Amino acid sequence: MADNVVVADDEVDLSRRKFLTNATIATGAVGAVFVAVPFIESWTPSERARALGAPTELDVSKIEPGQMTIITWRRQPIYVVRRTPEMLEHLKGHDAALKDAQSEKSDQPPYAKNEMRARKAEYLVLIGTCTHLGCLPKQRFEAASAEMGASWPGGFFCPCHGSRFDLAGRVFEGSPASVNLRVPPYEYPNERTLLVGADEKGAA
Amino acid sequence: MASNNGPAAGAPAGSLPKRTGFMGWLNKRMPVDEFVAEQLTGYYAPKNFNIWYFFGSLALVVLVMQLLTGIFLTMFYKPGELTSFDSVEYIMREVDSGWLIRYLHSTGASAFFIVVYLHMFRALLYGSHRKPRELLWIFGCLIFLLLMAEAFMGYVLPWGNMSFWGAQVIVSLFGSLPVIGSGLVEWIRGDYVIADATLNRFFALHVAALPLALVFLVIAHLMALHEVGSNNPDGIDIKKHKDAKGHYLDGIPFHPYYTVKDLVGVAGFLLIFCGVIFFAPTFGGLFLEGPNFEPANPLQTPPHIAPVWYFTPFYAMLRAVPSFAGTQVWGVLVMGASIVVLFFVPWLDRSPVLSIRYRGPLYKIALGIFSVAFIILGVCGLKPPSGIYPQLAKICTALYFAFFLLMPWYTKIDSVKPVPERVTGHA
Repeated sequence: MADNVVVADDEVDLSRRKFLTNATIATGAVGAVFVAVPFIESWTPSERARALGAPTELDVSKIEPGQMTIITWRRQPIYVVRRTPEMLEHLKGHDAALKDAQSEKSDQPPYAKNEMRARKAEYLVLIGTCTHLGCLPKQRFEAASAEMGASWPGGFFCPCHGSRFDLAGRVFEGSPASVNLRVPPYEYPNERTLLVGADEKGAA
Repeated sequence: MASNNGPAAGAPAGSLPKRTGFMGWLNKRMPVDEFVAEQLTGYYAPKNFNIWYFFGSLALVVLVMQLLTGIFLTMFYKPGELTSFDSVEYIMREVDSGWLIRYLHSTGASAFFIVVYLHMFRALLYGSHRKPRELLWIFGCLIFLLLMAEAFMGYVLPWGNMSFWGAQVIVSLFGSLPVIGSGLVEWIRGDYVIADATLNRFFALHVAALPLALVFLVIAHLMALHEVGSNNPDGIDIKKHKDAKGHYLDGIPFHPYYTVKDLVGVAGFLLIFCGVIFFAPTFGGLFLEGPNFEPANPLQTPPHIAPVWYFTPFYAMLRAVPSFAGTQVWGVLVMGASIVVLFFVPWLDRSPVLSIRYRGPLYKIALGIFSVAFIILGVCGLKPPSGIYPQLAKICTALYFAFFLLMPWYTKIDSVKPVPERVTGHA
C-alpha cells in the first residue's frame, strides 16, 4: 500500500488543476447540449400531427362561378375561388397599386408565380390567413362597392389590421401585410379534382 | 444570508436570546431566529415610505393569490382542444364557488399588471433603479417579462376564440424573423396551426415552468433588495446616520412596522379588488374579452382582435411600425426593444439626484409625457387600426422611446434642488 503523499501548497500544479476544471466544464456543457436535443425535438410536430397534415381533396366543378369555398388543409383555411371572366379582367390595370405585383417576394409554388397566381386561371387557391398576423381576410368580391371605394377591383379585406388583397391574393400598397397571400402546393389529379398539399414534388 | 455591509443593522446573530424547548431545538438545526432577526425585525426600512410603497407587497399578495387559485383551477380544468373550453364553463357553472375561483384568477391577472405597472412607475418617480439597486431593477424587469409570458399563455388556456386568435397573432410574430422564422413558429406550435399540442405545452409552461421561475426571481428580487436596502421618496441613503446602537436613525424595523402598514394596503387593495370581482369581473370586456366566451374557431376570426389591456401599449407599438424592405420584422423588433430598453434605465439616467422631489422641470415633464404616451398607446392598442389611432400610435411610440433614449441628456442638463441630509416629512 502506497503511503499517502502530502503535497505542500506551493507545490500544487495550479495550471494542471485549472486545465482539469475547464475540461470538466467543457465536457459537461457538451453533454448538456446533447441532453437538450430530445427535449427540443419533443416540441416539433408529432407523427400524428404530420399524418393529419396529409393532402385534402375538393371537387371544384361544384363551385358556382364567382363563388368561394373554404376547405381545410393542415387545419388552415384554404380559399378556393372560381373566378369569372369579369373577375379575371379586373385583375389587370392596378399593378401600380400593388406591393408585389409579380409575386417576387411572395410565397407560392413556381406554377403559381404568374399573373393569375394559379395553375388554372379559373380557380384561385390560397391559404386564407393574412400574411400580416394570420387573421382570415374576408371576401369583398364586388368591384367598386360602396364599402371598399370606387377603385376597388374586388378581392379580400382583412378585418384585423386592414390589409387589402386583389382577386389573385396580391396585396395593395398601404396594407400592413407586406407580401401576397400564400398559395399552398396543389395539383389537379383529374379535371374535376383539386388536391391541396401535394404536387409533382410529392406531399408537402 | 449574513452580510457585513447590508442594511440589516439589527442585533448580530450571536446576541440573540438563547431559546429552549422546541424553538431551541429548531434553532440548533436551522437559523430561524437569525433569519427573522436579519430579514424582518432587524431589517431597517426608511421611515418615510408613502402610498407608492404598497405595491411591492401587493404584488406578492397577488402572486400568492394567483398560485392558490391557479392550483385549484387545475383540479377542474382539462387542457385539450376538445375539453378546455367545456371544462372552464364547467368550473363557471357547475363547480361550487368555481366561478369565484376562476374570476379571482382571471381578474387577478389584471390586478397583477396594475400593481406591477404602479410598482415600476414608483421606481421611475424616486430613482429606485439607480445605483446600488441596478440588479434589483434587472430582476424586476425579468419578472415583468416572465409575467407577460405567463399572462399570455394563461389567456390561451380557456380556448375561447380570442384565446385562439390571440395566440395565432402572437406566435406568428416569431415567423417574421429572417431565416429561422417559419421553422421556429412550427416548433412553438408543434403543429401547422395553433392546436392541441400548442395548448398543452402552454398549459405546462403556465402552471409549472413559469410560476417556478417567477417564484425564484421574486426571491432573487427580495434578496437583492435586502442586500442594498429600500430606496425612499427622498432618494437618499439612510445608512449614513446611525444611533449609538448602530440602528439607522431614518429607518424602522420592517417587522412589525411595515408588516402592519402593508396590511392596511392589502385591506385597501382587497376592497377595490373584491368590488371588481363581484360587480364587474370582466370589466366590460377589458379583463376578459367577449369573443372568449365562444369556443375557439380556426375558421372564424373575431371581428376585431385586440390583446388584453395590459399588452395593448406594446401591441400598439408593434402595429405602429410599417413594413419596410419587404418584411414586417421591424414592428416586432420595436416591440422587443420597448421591453429591452427598460433594462438599461439605471444607466440611462444621469441625474445626480434620485428622487423626482429634487429634480428639475425637465425630468418631470419627460416623465409626464411618457406616462400620457403610454396610456394613449394602451388605448390605441385596444382600438381598430383606423381613424386617428394609427397616427397617434406612431407619435406615442416615438415619445415612448424618446423618454428612454434621450434620458442621458435631459437628466444631465436638468436643474436639481438641494437634497436633504435626512428623510423629510416624518421628523
